[in-house]
Amino acid sequence: MEAFTRLTALAAPLPQPNIDTDIILPARFLLITEKAGLGRYAFYERRTNGGFVLDQPRYAGARILVAGDNFGCGSSREHAPWALHDLGIRCIIAPGFGEIFRANALRNGMLPVTLPLAGWQMVLAAAERAEQVTVDLAAQTVALAGGTTIAFTLAPDERDALLGGLDEIDVIRARYTAAIAAFEAGQRETSPWLWDKD
Amino acid sequence: MPQPGRIALRAPHADGAGVARTLYDKLWDAHVVAKEADGQALIYIDRMLIHEVSSPQAFAGLAARGLTPHRRAAHLAVADHAVPTRARATIADPQARAQVALLADNCARSGIEYLALDDPRQGIVHVIGPEQGFTLPGITLVCGDSHSATHGAFGALAFGIGTSEIECVLAAQVLRQRKARTMRVTIEGALSPDVTAKDVILTLIGQIGASGAVGYAIEYAGGAVRAMSMEARMTLCNMTIEAGARIGLVAPDATTFAYLAGRARAPDPLPVAQWSTLPSDAGALFDREITLDAAAIAPMVTWGTSPDAVIPVTGTVPAAADPAQLAYMGLQPGQPLAGLAVDQVFIGSCTNGRIEDLRAAARIARGRRVAPGVGAIVVPGSGQVRRQAEAEGLDTVFIAAGFAWREAGCSLCVAMNDDRLEPGQRCASTSNRNFEGRQGIGARTHLMSPAMAAAAAITGAITDIRDWQVGQGANGPAPQGANGHAPQGPNRQGPA
Repeated sequence: MEAFTRLTALAAPLPQPNIDTDIILPARFLLITEKAGLGRYAFYERRTNGGFVLDQPRYAGARILVAGDNFGCGSSREHAPWALHDLGIRCIIAPGFGEIFRANALRNGMLPVTLPLAGWQMVLAAAERAEQVTVDLAAQTVALAGGTTIAFTLAPDERDALLGGLDEIDVIRARYTAAIAAFEAGQRETSPWLWDKD
Repeated sequence: MPQPGRIALRAPHADGAGVARTLYDKLWDAHVVAKEADGQALIYIDRMLIHEVSSPQAFAGLAARGLTPHRRAAHLAVADHAVPTRARATIADPQARAQVALLADNCARSGIEYLALDDPRQGIVHVIGPEQGFTLPGITLVCGDSHSATHGAFGALAFGIGTSEIECVLAAQVLRQRKARTMRVTIEGALSPDVTAKDVILTLIGQIGASGAVGYAIEYAGGAVRAMSMEARMTLCNMTIEAGARIGLVAPDATTFAYLAGRARAPDPLPVAQWSTLPSDAGALFDREITLDAAAIAPMVTWGTSPDAVIPVTGTVPAAADPAQLAYMGLQPGQPLAGLAVDQVFIGSCTNGRIEDLRAAARIARGRRVAPGVGAIVVPGSGQVRRQAEAEGLDTVFIAAGFAWREAGCSLCVAMNDDRLEPGQRCASTSNRNFEGRQGIGARTHLMSPAMAAAAAITGAITDIRDWQVGQGANGPAPQGANGHAPQGPNRQGPA
């Protein structure tokens, strides 16, 4: 997995709450069976209507999205973070996230930063001024151009995975193969009805 | 007794011996393979349902690692999202055809059982899992689909996952998860006639909001839940994700066991003694308690583009409603929903595509006609539901009334096949999401129960089902307005 350590980039504002994954990537594009190249379909309806924030010249090259509460709610489609990644987005800062979207983003080297409303509003204001924002994962800070620094927290395992670009499946297979086998042996004893088709 | 909004604090993740545990605690504890720091654990996954849309990149990733599935028998695959609901001997859309073919290929190569489009068991993952007895109490079950909460109705720890996690389950049969906080939603008393599980879950979502349960596992309890059929419990759990929680649970009981007895994949005999230890212990503490009065719940209809934008059918669009949602929906603050003209009606989906749902809709449609100019389709949740409905003559009822009778799939709930609305079309829908564009670009979705959707098809407008006097002869009386007067003609123009 691609690592995330520190990013200084233009932040784009998208403060509307409850941007669901159907808005991020409409369902008809889920017929595509590849991960790559989905960016051109991201926010498709919003973009065809013109004037969408990521299409505005002042936000060209934005890699940070300052989103509204419950960003990525709804469908579990991982195509949503794949599409955002393809657009160049590596960090999303919001008051809250849809849980499945958040888990999917983390597994694609993207940092979801949850901020309390006051801090989020400061970052949003910076994004609305089309400023550069620096997100430092090791320090767990968001630094604004004016010198303001806002702290955030990420669970230690999530932080380590992103900082190290660790592949979850590799880690599990390296560390837990024996534990999985032991669990399975135990469950065959306690719940044999779960194993009658194996 | 829990009080509305009471927040009971407890030591986090209390799971030691002698501590009263919730159903969620028990399911979690029974599947911990290894504990990690910070409440994180490696959780064993007993079962996974696989469909064509969220799995291709997972199979590709697995192959790129040179791996094959860790445990083939733990999975069951079926195509549901992209499949046509008519003329499907050959799928006309080349992209959909290729995607369904890829699922069949991936399963054949991996040794995973795949129910093909012409298999009588084909249907929506969340309908066929329970139907086949693949879904069982006490298990962990995942699927690359957010409505996997449906299976929690059986007392299974079930949740939706992304494609990377599908790959992880295929590779190692485990997932790294952080334990959720617990919320108990107690629905006291009895539901009024014509009020359904759909109305209960819409009421809850309206009360706590679309992000109100993020980070929680919900357990539904109380007399109204105990009285519900398994199908109603599935409807209830299904839309838990619409309140932000990935997990919705109901404790297994005699109703659960009766449903499962004799199902194709259910164990015989059922391990009832083992499953009977699953319900939350008396005195188990939840992080949050919410109580709903069943008798106070009315038929609910959404007005906006988020499932929490919902009001009783007798209500009016809130004065403080989000202007963006109103503009998309073509509505104004203060406008009543009852009487609002609809163009389309969809009865189906993993929320409301089961036999009881079709019976409820057929009861309304029997002997009546779909209003002129309204398109109405019924899409059974599975081939088995479809055959059961046909055995009961429901297909004849629907067809005689002017509904289209289709084959099983997700259809107009996600609009990935050729069932799609045109921009601006307004739809009374039994599905689960009223998101922008969900049923087609610019389509306007109003979520409601099956009987309410059927009534909208007949009258051509959103109608309070309680105003109907069903069962007074084949042709039934004309629908009455809420005040007892004949309703105004449907307002096809809508507001300016």
